[in-house]
Amino acid sequence: KSKKNKERTDIPRVHMNELDPEYRSHNKEEVNLGLTAEQAMMEAQRCLDCPNPTCMNGCPVSINIPTFVKQIEKGDFLEAAKTLKETSALPAVCGRVCPQEKQCESQCIYTQKLGKEAVAIGYLERFAADYERESGQISIPVIPEKNGIKVAVIGSGPAGLSFAGDMAQRGYDVTVFEALHEIGGVLKYGIPEFRLPNQIVDVEIDVLRQMGVQFITNCIIGKTISQEQLQAEGFKGIFIASGAGLPNFMNIPGENLVGVMSSNEYLTRVNLMDAANPESDTPVFMGKRVAVIGGGNTAMDSVRTARRLGAERAMIVYRRSEEEMPARIEEVKHAKEEGIEFLTLHNPIEYKGDARGRVTHMVLQKMELGEPDASGRRKPVVIEGAIEEIEVDEVIVSIGVSPNPLIPQSFSGLDVTKWGTIVVNQESMQSAVNHIYAGGDIVRGGATVILAMGDGRKAAAAMDADLKK
Amino acid sequence: MNKIVSKEHFSANVVKLEVEAPLIARSRKAGHFVIVKVGKTGERIPLTIAAADTEKGTITLVIQTVGESSRKLCELNEGDYITDLVGPLGQATHIEKVGTVVCAGGGVGCAPLLPIVEAMHKAGNRVIVVLAARSKDLVILEEQMKANSDEVIVMTDDGSYGKKGLVTNGIEEVINREEVNLCVTIGPAIMMKFVSLLTKKYNIPTVASLNTIMVDGTGMCGACRVSIGGKTKFVCVDGPEFDAHQVDFDEMIMRLGAYNGLGKK
Ligand SMILES: Cc1cc2nc3c(=O)[nH]c(=O)nc-3n(C[C@H](O)[C@H](O)[C@H](O)COP(=O)(O)OP(=O)(O)OC[C@H]3O[C@@H](n4cnc5c(N)ncnc54)[C@H](O)[C@@H]3O)c2cc1C
Ligand SMILES: Cc1cc2nc3c(=O)[nH]c(=O)nc-3n(C[C@H](O)[C@H](O)[C@H](O)COP(=O)(O)OP(=O)(O)OC[C@H]3O[C@@H](n4cnc5c(N)ncnc54)[C@H](O)[C@@H]3O)c2cc1C
Ligand code: SF4
Ligand code: SF4
Ligand code: FES
Ligand SMILES: [Mg+2]
Repeated sequence: KSKKNKERTDIPRVHMNELDPEYRSHNKEEVNLGLTAEQAMMEAQRCLDCPNPTCMNGCPVSINIPTFVKQIEKGDFLEAAKTLKETSALPAVCGRVCPQEKQCESQCIYTQKLGKEAVAIGYLERFAADYERESGQISIPVIPEKNGIKVAVIGSGPAGLSFAGDMAQRGYDVTVFEALHEIGGVLKYGIPEFRLPNQIVDVEIDVLRQMGVQFITNCIIGKTISQEQLQAEGFKGIFIASGAGLPNFMNIPGENLVGVMSSNEYLTRVNLMDAANPESDTPVFMGKRVAVIGGGNTAMDSVRTARRLGAERAMIVYRRSEEEMPARIEEVKHAKEEGIEFLTLHNPIEYKGDARGRVTHMVLQKMELGEPDASGRRKPVVIEGAIEEIEVDEVIVSIGVSPNPLIPQSFSGLDVTKWGTIVVNQESMQSAVNHIYAGGDIVRGGATVILAMGDGRKAAAAMDADLKK
Repeated sequence: MNKIVSKEHFSANVVKLEVEAPLIARSRKAGHFVIVKVGKTGERIPLTIAAADTEKGTITLVIQTVGESSRKLCELNEGDYITDLVGPLGQATHIEKVGTVVCAGGGVGCAPLLPIVEAMHKAGNRVIVVLAARSKDLVILEEQMKANSDEVIVMTDDGSYGKKGLVTNGIEEVINREEVNLCVTIGPAIMMKFVSLLTKKYNIPTVASLNTIMVDGTGMCGACRVSIGGKTKFVCVDGPEFDAHQVDFDEMIMRLGAYNGLGKK
C-alpha cells in the first residue's frame, strides 16, 4: 500500500456536485451532477480496503465494494464498472437511488468504528457506471450458446430487468412482458427525471436487448395472455415481477374532490406521459398551493415535482416527526433547499371544495409524539382540538402502495398473503407453483430498487438450477 | 402498433374502426375495454371493445370525437397504425338469464352496449333496446341492435326520428307495459343518473357502465375512482359496470370535468 491509513482517514468525504437549488426548481435537469475523475480517485483513497469489508454486508447484492473502489483509485474506471456488473444489473441506477446511508455506507468502518462519514460508495458506484456509459465502451456480457429454453418475465421494473439479464447470460431465451407502453417500471413512471434520467435506464435496457432479451409492451399477463397460454407457448419458467402499483388512500371526507389524487397518478402523468410538456396531450394540474401527504421517497418526488411545475407553496404533510421519515436523507435535504415546507406532526382529516367540486382547503389535525410503539418508533397521538385549515388547490396522496392484485387474482395455485404479496421461498424466490418464481415489490410490498434486483438475481440462479435438473 | 383494417363513419363525429389485435380478440368478453394511445405524445384513452372477430384477429372500436385524443384517433385511416393498444381491461359483464332486460344507450354509449345486448340475447333473455340520441343523424347501430334483440325503441330529443323524448321516456314505456327484470345503461353520466333514478322508483335492478377519466387502466393511478355505496372503487379494475343505484353520479360528473379548461385541447 502506497498510503498510510492515517493519511487516508484524514481525507474529508467528497461533496456531490449539485445544480443550484433556485435554478433546478424550474426545470427537470438532474440535480446531482456526479463526481469528476479527480474527485472520485481522491474519495476512493479514503477506502481502507478492509480485510473484513463490513460495507458489503450492508449491500443487498453484496457488491465487491473494496475491489471496485480500489480500481477507481488506480484509475481503472472501466474495470471498476465491470466489477459492479458482476453483481448488479443496473449500477448507474443504484448509484443514484439506493438508500446508501441505510445500506452499504451505514456498515462502512468509518461509520461503525471511526466516527467519521462513510466512504461515498454510492457516488463512486455512479461515477464508474457513468464513466463506462459515457466512454461508449459498454461491455456487453458474452452470451454462451443459447440453450433454447424459453422463460417469461412479467413486469419490466428492476426485478424483471435484473432477472432477464442474468437468464440471458445463462443462455435462456428471455421474453419480458410489460403492461405499460414503456419499459422500466417505477424507474420510468415513478422516479422523476431530476433524480434518475430516463436515458440512463434506456441505455441499460438497450444492453439487455443486445443480449437478446425480447420486450413486449402493452401486454398484460392475466388479461392479454393467460397463465395457461404462456405455458402452452412453451415458456418453461415464469418470473413474476409485477410490483406494488396499487395506490392507498386514507378514506377521509373530500378525498375524491377534483385536484386530490394519488402520487402514482401525478407522477405517471408527469413522468410516463410527459404531461408538463405543452406538446403532450395528457393534462396535469399545476397547482400553486400543493400539499403532498406522506414522508417517503414518493412523497419527496411528488412535492419536488410540484415545485418544478410552478407551485409557490409546496408542502409535505407528515403525521410523525422528521426523524421518522422513511425518505432518503438526501431527498429531504434537496427538498428543503428547494424551498419545500415541512408540516410534520400534522395529519389531514378532511378536504373541502368549492361548488365545482375542486379542492380548496385541507383540514389538518396536529399531532405530538407519544410512547414508542412495537416498532420502537414513537407513535403520533392527536392533540385534542388542535386543528388547522390550510388553503390548497392540489393534494397528492402519497401514503404507500399495495401489491398489484392482477397476477395474484388471475394465476392459480399461488400462495398469497392477506396484504396481497406472493409467498416465496426466501432463498430461491420460488412460489407455491413449480417453475413460477416471484420477486421485488410483489413479494415485499413497497421496498427498494436494489432489493428488487437482488430478488431477480436469486430467482435466476434458482430457476436455472431447477430447469437444468 | 396495431393496424387499422377498416374504417367507417357512423355519423359526422362517430367512427367505427376495425383494428388488428389477435390476442385481445381471443381473450375479450362483453363489457371489456382497451386503452389506446395515438402518437408519441398521445394520451391514453379508454374505449370499449364493441365487437371482435377471432378468425380475423380484429376488434372493433366505435369512437365519438369529443376532444383532442378522440379526434386524433378518428382521423386515422385504413392502413394506419395505432401506436399503443392494450387490453382487454375491466371486469366482463355478468351475463345470465334473468327474463326481460332493457338495455338503454345514449349517444356513443350505444357502441359499448352492443356486445352486452348480443350476449344477453344469446343467454336467452328477452332483450328490449332503447337507443337515445339528440337527433336522427346521431342514431347509431340501430340495425345491429335489431339483429340481436327482440325490440328496438329509438328516442330522439327533437323527434326527428323514432319517438320524441328522452331515454327515460322510452324505458318507462316498457316498464308500464311489461315486467322488466334488469336494466343495463351506458351513456353520458347525466343520462345514467336519470335512468338510475327512474328504475330505482320501480325497484328494477340496474347496471351502469361508467366512463370515468383514466390513465393506466390497470388499477395503478386511481384517476378513475368513484363512490359506490359510499366506498371508493376503481372503475378500471372493479368495473366498469356497477349497481347503478349505488353510484354517486354527482361526484362522478364533477370528476369528469376535472381537466376542463386546463389549456390542453
Ligand atoms: C416515486 C417512487 C420513488 C422511489 N424512490 C426510490 C429510491 O429512491 N430508491 C429505491 O431504492 N427505491 C425507490 N422506490 C421503490 C422502488 O422503485 C421499487 O421498490 C422498485 O421499483 C420495485 O421493483 P419491481 O421490479 O418489483 O416493480 P416495479 O418497478 O413496480 O415494476 C413492475 C412492472 O410490472 C408491470 N406489470 C404489473 N403487472 C403486470 C402484468 N400483469 N403483466 C405485465 N406487466 C405487469 C408494471 O406495469 C410495472 O412496469 C421508489 C418508488 C416510487 C414509486
Ligand atoms: C371504460 C370506458 C369505456 C369507454 N368507451 C368508449 C367508447 O367505446 N367510445 C367512445 O367514444 N368513448 C368511450 N369512452 C370515453 C372516452 O374514453 C373519452 O371520450 C375520451 O377519453 C375523451 O378524450 P378526449 O381527449 O377526446 O376528450 P377530452 O378533451 O379529454 O374531453 C372532452 C370532453 O369530454 C369529457 N370527458 C373526458 N373524459 C371522458 C370520459 N371518459 N367519458 C365521458 N366524457 C369524458 C370531458 O369532461 C370534456 O368535457 C369510454 C370511457 C371509459 C372509461
Ligand atoms: S448497490 Fe446500493 S447498497 Fe449495494 S453498494 Fe451499491 S449503493 Fe450500496
Ligand atoms: S468498510 Fe468502508 S473502508 Fe472498509 S472496505 Fe468497505 S468502504 Fe472501504
Ligand atoms: S385508470 Fe388508473 S387506476 Fe383506474
Ligand atoms: Mg383529452
